[in-house]
Formats: sequence, C-alpha cells, structure tokens
Amino acid sequence: MLITVEEILERKSHPVIRDPEQAPTHDIHETLHELEAKGEIILLRVPEPYVEVTTKFGRTKKIPIEHTWHHKSCGQCGHIPGYTASIFWLHRQFDLDYVDPTDQTSCTGWNYYASATSNAAAQAAVMCRNFAAAYETGYYPLIHCGTSYGHYKEVREQLIHHKELRDQVRRILGKLGKPLVIPEEIVHYSEWVHVMRHRFAENQRVDMSALTATVHPACHYYKIVVEDAIYDPDIYGGQRTATVTALLEALGIKVADYSTWFDCCGFGFRHVLVQRDFTRSFAVLRKIETMKNEVNPDLTVTHDTGCVTTLDKSQFAAKAHERKVGVPVLSDAQVAALAMGAHPFRVVQLHWHSTDWRPLMNKLGIDWELYWDEFEEDLEQIRAGKKAGITWEDAERPVINV
Amino acid sequence: MPTTSENWNPGKAVNRHPEISYEEKERLFLEVKSDPRYEDFLYGCYECGICVSACPSARFYDYSPRVIAQAMAREDVERVYDIIAEDIWNCAQCFSCVRCPRGNNPGGLVTLLREVAVKNGLQETRDVLQGYSRVIYKVMLKGNQVSPDMLQPDFFPDWGPWVAQFSANMHVWRKAIPVDTLRGVTDAAWKTDRKTLLELYTIWFETGNMDIIKEIDEGLYDLLAEVMEEELEEG
Repeated sequence: MLITVEEILERKSHPVIRDPEQAPTHDIHETLHELEAKGEIILLRVPEPYVEVTTKFGRTKKIPIEHTWHHKSCGQCGHIPGYTASIFWLHRQFDLDYVDPTDQTSCTGWNYYASATSNAAAQAAVMCRNFAAAYETGYYPLIHCGTSYGHYKEVREQLIHHKELRDQVRRILGKLGKPLVIPEEIVHYSEWVHVMRHRFAENQRVDMSALTATVHPACHYYKIVVEDAIYDPDIYGGQRTATVTALLEALGIKVADYSTWFDCCGFGFRHVLVQRDFTRSFAVLRKIETMKNEVNPDLTVTHDTGCVTTLDKSQFAAKAHERKVGVPVLSDAQVAALAMGAHPFRVVQLHWHSTDWRPLMNKLGIDWELYWDEFEEDLEQIRAGKKAGITWEDAERPVINV
Repeated sequence: MPTTSENWNPGKAVNRHPEISYEEKERLFLEVKSDPRYEDFLYGCYECGICVSACPSARFYDYSPRVIAQAMAREDVERVYDIIAEDIWNCAQCFSCVRCPRGNNPGGLVTLLREVAVKNGLQETRDVLQGYSRVIYKVMLKGNQVSPDMLQPDFFPDWGPWVAQFSANMHVWRKAIPVDTLRGVTDAAWKTDRKTLLELYTIWFETGNMDIIKEIDEGLYDLLAEVMEEELEEG
C-alpha cells in the first residue's frame, strides 16, 4: 500500500506510542513463566515497591526501588569509584534497603567481548552463580554495569532458547550447591535512577539550570536485546532511550542534541586496554570534538563504565594534538549526587577523573577548593595512621548548598 | 594481492591464505555454523549498508560488518577464513550493527568467529591476544576484569600525568572511598569472598574454559591452573 508524504509527516508530528501487541519480538516473560511452571528454573520476582516503565516496543518493565542486591561493575569500582559510591549514596539518602555483596564476581562480559576466551556455558554459569547468590540473600539484583546488563540479557535469551545450555548450567550450579535462578527483569541502575529522578529533584540543593549537557547513551544498554530499554514518548518523541536525558531534564539541565549521538564511545573492550589508538581517535573525533563543535556543552553525561573511562581519559592526548576537547565526563549517578549536595571528593571522587572538572564546579558555584582541602585533610590523617579510611559516617551528609 | 583488471573476478574470492587447505577452512566455517547461536545471528543480507554506517571500526579500519554477513550467508569458505585471520579483532563489539533491518547481528557473528579462532589456537589470534594475557589472568583469578593496580604509567602513558599522580597515591586514595567493599582494595575491583572465587574456578574447569586458555596460551594456562588447583584442593 502506498504511503503518502502527508501521512509520513503526520506520523512524525507527534510522539511515538508503541503498541505491545505489534511488538516485532516475542515477550520473553511468557517463556520464563513456562520454564518456572515446568520446574526448570527459579524465577526471581521484582520485590515491592516497584515502578512500572515502558520499554521500546510498548511493553511494561518493573523497576525495584529497594531490597536490591548490587551487582557492582569492575570498571566502575576499579577505576571510577565515585560512580559506585554515588549510586550507594543516593540509596542511603532515602534510607533504601540494599545489599553490597562480597559474594559477587564480575559478569566477565568485558573479557568475552575483548578476547572470546570463554564460551556460552561459562558465561551463563557465571551469570546464574551471581543470580543464585542474590537469591540466597532474599534481595533482587540491580546491575551497575551497562555491559553486564546487556550481556546478561543476551545470555538469558540463550538460556531460554537452548535446553542443552540450561541442562549444562544446571549441572554445574548443582556442583556449587546452587539452583538455576533467572530474574523476571534484568534491571540496570540507570533505570533505577530514571524512576527516582523526581525524588532527586525534590531534594536538589545545587541549581543546575545554567548547565548545558550532552548525553552519550551507552551502546550495551540499548543496542543489545533492544526491546528491554526504557523509552518514553515525552523524551525525544519516544525515538531514543529516555534514561539519562530524563534525569538531566528533571534536574533542570539543558540537554543539547548532537549529530553523532548514536555512535559508540570507542571503548572497544580489547581496544581500550591494548589498542588505544582506535579508542582515542573515535572518542575524540566522533564524540567529544563533535559535541564541542556543535553545542559546546559544560559536560557530557553517560550511564556506563567504559563510556565514562573512554570519553574522560581519551582527552589528554588529543589536547596535546590541539584538538577541540575539554568536556568533563560524569555518570548520571554522579550528577544526581552532586545535585543533592554530595561531597565532590568523599563521594563523587572527582579526583579519579582526568579531564578538568574545575570549570564545571565553578559554573555551578561549588567551592571545590574548600572540599578538596577537607579531603586532603582526610588523606593526611590516613597517611599518618590516625584514620583507617573514609566511611559513610564521613560521607553520608549532603554538604553542598548553593 | 592487489585487485587488477586481470584478476578481478566478482563472486569468487581470491585465495589469500594458500598455506591453509580448503578443507581446514571449511572445517572452521562448519564449526562456526554449528554453533546454536548462529541461526539467531544471521538471516541473510540486503547489502543496504546500515550496519556499516553505524560501525565505529568501519571508520578506522578496512573492515565491514556487511561483508561478514554477506560472506557467511553465501557460505564463502575462503572469504570467511580471510575474515577470521584478518578482520575479527577490529570489531569494537558495541553492537551498533544490530540496526540491521533483516535482524542480523554481525557483532554476534564476530563473537562466534572469535570463539572458533581462539578454540583452534590460530596463530593470528595468538598474536593479537599476546599483549592481553595479564587481563585474562586477572579476570579468571580475581573475578574482576580490571583493578586499581593495573593503572600504571607505563601502560597508560596517553592518559597523561593523572596516571602517575594516581599511582603514587593509590593506597591512600583507595582507603578514602566510603563503600565498604571497595575501601583499601587495590588488587581487585572489590573484596570478594574466597568461597566465591572457588566457585568461579570450578566454573572455568567444568565449562571447558580452561581448555580454551590452554589452546591459546599454554604458559598462561600453567600459571592459572597451578593457583586454581591448589586453591580448590585446599577447599
């Protein structure tokens, strides 16, 4: 049937509202319930209270507010600890119940995407071991890393569609004394941030309305098992994922669009560790410099481990080559924590970021030197053996008020 | 070999790796094709090029996800071998290529090709992964891909003076983190229970993952196996 230009223009004139009945993919939840009914798996259910959101094809996804088991990210904890600390700090501001486990390994997805020195069974067994560990505590997994989130969704599909894989993984987990557990929703922390955004805004202490930000949506959040990411007709007309952008808008930040928003950051998994000429070039030429040329943002905000590292750390060498760089890079959780008055160093740990964040602090009116002096005093006490380290007692209280 | 008017022969790939027999190339292709995930990743190709336009690696390398989908759909054994030997490690694994209107997953096909290259210990793959061994060692032994003590100026000179500043202050900076599971930890991303690591080692052995390491890097395998077996024996 011929579609007229008028019909196309009319369709583009209003936000896309998708009908789940027309979804091009099978709803995985039906299969999960069938497997549960057959006794093949333990289906871990999202605990109350939860918020229902809409995903790409109009289906509903439940996002838990608390009673969460935090599946940490090795890249965040290892190289951007203010990212992890901010996620926990936000939970603590609302007295939300959570577990920060030591019975957790990384998903090992980074290694798989970098080197393929693994196989489907190992990937699935690692995932299900972590989920069984969460199940044993009675808490629900909340995944901090975008790659773990995407990878686990991919592995969940493989487990659902291939009985031999399920049998193999069940046998291995049996040796560990664990059942085969699959959560009904695989939830990324940025989805939790998304549903909490108005509560963050209600408790905002730092006016961010002078800021212009760009958003880098993380590839493994919305390009792997595409149907599971949050989409909202009010954000980009429902044509792009709403996470991150909706948070920034709720905090009063102007989100500026740029032409290469769909491009990856250049992380490349293997490349960022052993072939960084590619990573640096892509991060600078296709992302940072494009943002700078088109909208000159005060910062760029993303929601995954590798993106923060790549976009932040790649700017030094480019500056030496006189490229147009100098855009501070933060995660959505760090921006939300700063907005609510978190200590820039004890919590947000800005000193782990290499691109200069001082102009951003100055624009927000945050006296970063005052907080750095406090933090330096902490470090001196630790060095002198007078203090074992910083604890939540030192870091919990919001301190910024501008 | 450069393409000239004499050797230009569309539809028939030039044999760029005559040192490998056709039978061996076919065996490797069939190994990829027999993976249960293969049918989920390849449905055919329109040659529309949407995957290429989205691909970061296509901008910087002589690399095309479209060619991969095409060669595999045509079952072009020679071309698929070229891809295994020359192209697969250029992929950034971002999965931007899954915009494919046919529902192909070229990034997924690359993971299958990589798995077969690793499992068969192909020389090109050994060469590519040589500098990566310490990361495999870390992830398999500690359960974390990266750790603070990997941030050394020798390895990250392009990240600027920040790395040296960090390296000099690592121990004290790590103590200045309020998260209990991170505080003071430098050789891993977070504190992990010993029992958890023993379970991880069991998974590596039970799934054949250790055999994969043995095929690609025997020295690394010996190092890992010695530590893991000793730990598992102690229980």
